Amino acid sequence: MALDPILLSRLQFAFVVSFHAIFPVFTIGLASYVAVLQGLYVATGNAVWDRLGLFWTKIFAVVFGMGVVSGIVMAFQFGTNWSNFSQFASNFIGPMLSYEVITAFFLEAGFLGVLLFGRHRVSPSVHFFAALMVAIGTFISAFWILATNSWMQTPQGYEIREGVLHVTSWLEAMFTPSFPYRFAHMALAAFLTGGFVVCGVSAWFLLRRRDVEAHKRALSMTMWLLLILAPLQAFVGDEHGLNTLEHQPMKVAAMEGNWETQSNVPLLLFALPDRELQANRFEIGIPNGASLILRHDVDGVVPGLKEIPVDQQQPVWIVFYSFRVMVALGLLMIAFAVTGLVLRRGGRLYTSRWFLHGLQGMSLAPFIAVLAGWFVTEIGRSPWLVYNVLSYADAVTPSLTGGMVLATLIGYVAVYAVIFWAGIYYLFKVVRQGLDDLGADEEVHDVDRPMRPLSATHVPFDGTTASSRS
Amino acid sequence: MEMYDLSLIWAVIIAFGVIMYVLMDGFDLGLGILFPFAPDEDARDVMMNSVAPVWDGNETWLVLGGAGLIAAFPLVYTILLPALYLGVFLMLAGLIFRGVAFEFRFKSKRTRGWWNAAFAGGSFVAAFAQGCVVGAYIQGFETADRVYTGGAFDWLTPFSVLTGIGLVVGYTLLGATWLVLKSEGHVREWARGLIPGLLIGVLAIFVIVSLWTPWIDPGVFDRWFDHLQVIWLLPFAALLCAAGIYLATRRRREGLAFLLTLGLFIFTYLGLLVSRWPYVIPPDYTLWDAASAPESQFFILIGVLFVVPIVLTYTAWSYWVFRGKVRVGEGYH
Repeated sequence: MALDPILLSRLQFAFVVSFHAIFPVFTIGLASYVAVLQGLYVATGNAVWDRLGLFWTKIFAVVFGMGVVSGIVMAFQFGTNWSNFSQFASNFIGPMLSYEVITAFFLEAGFLGVLLFGRHRVSPSVHFFAALMVAIGTFISAFWILATNSWMQTPQGYEIREGVLHVTSWLEAMFTPSFPYRFAHMALAAFLTGGFVVCGVSAWFLLRRRDVEAHKRALSMTMWLLLILAPLQAFVGDEHGLNTLEHQPMKVAAMEGNWETQSNVPLLLFALPDRELQANRFEIGIPNGASLILRHDVDGVVPGLKEIPVDQQQPVWIVFYSFRVMVALGLLMIAFAVTGLVLRRGGRLYTSRWFLHGLQGMSLAPFIAVLAGWFVTEIGRSPWLVYNVLSYADAVTPSLTGGMVLATLIGYVAVYAVIFWAGIYYLFKVVRQGLDDLGADEEVHDVDRPMRPLSATHVPFDGTTASSRS
Repeated sequence: MEMYDLSLIWAVIIAFGVIMYVLMDGFDLGLGILFPFAPDEDARDVMMNSVAPVWDGNETWLVLGGAGLIAAFPLVYTILLPALYLGVFLMLAGLIFRGVAFEFRFKSKRTRGWWNAAFAGGSFVAAFAQGCVVGAYIQGFETADRVYTGGAFDWLTPFSVLTGIGLVVGYTLLGATWLVLKSEGHVREWARGLIPGLLIGVLAIFVIVSLWTPWIDPGVFDRWFDHLQVIWLLPFAALLCAAGIYLATRRRREGLAFLLTLGLFIFTYLGLLVSRWPYVIPPDYTLWDAASAPESQFFILIGVLFVVPIVLTYTAWSYWVFRGKVRVGEGYH
């Protein structure tokens, strides 16, 4: 089989964006958490909040740096691999992506520097303000990206003249029907990611009895937050699904593994979707479940994949299973949040070893859930890059050959493997160092230091740190 | 909106962004290329310390340029990137490696050799790829109906390899004059000793490229040998700068030598621009052909006019804060 530049380009984009996305999702949640910690410090004057704030700011700095490095490639992918899409849609996506870059610069140039290096040079209130602005800035960044993506899912506010898209209403194009749901869903996902990582790291410290008082506070407040956010995310996700049913019914059909448009559709827990058979080879489900969830009526009609030609159907099984992975992890998050409440009432939240171990593992869950969710929404849209407007085949760079894409795909995998390994390895070092050595003395040398994310940490990359006593 | 030629405003903004990038990332890429030849590890510390505070600010211009292109001149973005596909990958991979090396070299001891190699290799590859892009740009691109139709290696020709080497040597010269300005003792003397050789290299390639360029395309030939004699001032000014660098280095006028190297780059850059003006995708499309819709150019212009002055102020401020010499064993860690 000849190498297909379209498929390889999709793989490459998926790979690059997946590796990139996990960093911003984390930083968005973490930035808000840091702002909360610094706000608590200002409000109460209790230094423990400041210590926690410093610790999490250092982790934030590393993750932010990784996000910036992995994001550079994204700015070029649209042209290298999807030049016809860029040419068709640049009147809209060009300004949107540029505004994202501008927002990020503004953030980096100003408030990030104060947050990372100004701790002992500005008052706690000003420092808190910088943290707050960074947190808001990450959301503004996310706004541009998600507005662009939502437009690609549910395009409006444009007209096509001579094969090129022209924006007729910026407001309509920026605020498409799927945007509010996607934004809320992603914002909560970012908070859940930050929350579960904070819980996992706090649990790690509690299990080792290091800085118990500080990490107890971190765990306690974050578990309260998760108790609200995890169920709320299930509700928002459901609303998002209903919105998708309205605007992209075939995506929902793939998510549900439903082939025939019919009533009384079961909620499948497990199935083996088979595109050649145009049916599921095996399925276990709750009768009428899907009809009930999607139409709030057992007799509700749910769209089926057979409504579109076979060659336009998505790779159903990826969408189907990604959706189940996301939902299962979401339910697991709710379970952990509720279990936390039960343990708290029994006074065992900080001592239950199995729970703390479980929380450590749960740090990974939101990342996987986020990626699975993006697989659902992105692959569920295929074969359309801009839904019902531009297909992958029409969007790809015409001069690309399969060999070219394969070469760069392997190249990017290799580059990212090195970067990712180094970054994660270093991140663990920073976490392990803990709050102990984070004294004010360290920042005395910071006068006139460069304002770059990673220089906010002084943890050595290799060799042993004095404080790692695990 | 109709009163102003938005495309022209954008052409100036992007041309400004590109030269800002070339000048600012140029000397830190040059230092990376010099890295393996440094006399000792102390010298490497000084070299990295001299650019560590500012290098990522330098690279923001590249991202701004990329984003600005898709917003203002999408055709440039959608023809150049496919045409330069493999070169762009090499450049990005190089930039990523050296960016990460910047961060981790200072934090490592055992693995320092690896990060040194990543820094030097990444810098070299990125510089060479950028130089090839310049050559490929002068040569022009094979297009049909607003789409790139050439092959994967069209950008890699004897001419573009020459411009690639030219930019590597040029960046290295920029790095060397920067290092003389920012260092002292044996590091400065080492860097000073490199300048004459690098200058000869730059001049040799400058002359060959200048003589070669008019013969690549009749349009370029006409531009240089038609009625617009005033543009001959540009290469002349560039040569004056080169002579000035030599004299300034001999008389230890360090700041002047660095500024004249910037001048050499600026005049060469302007010379390249006039060779092809107003074609942004030679030989077929002008900047007006490549422009996005005026409403889109206007929409993003507001944001850029708001942010670019802030970025410039911030940049100037960080250079001011980190002015002066970098001493061995001092500063960044």
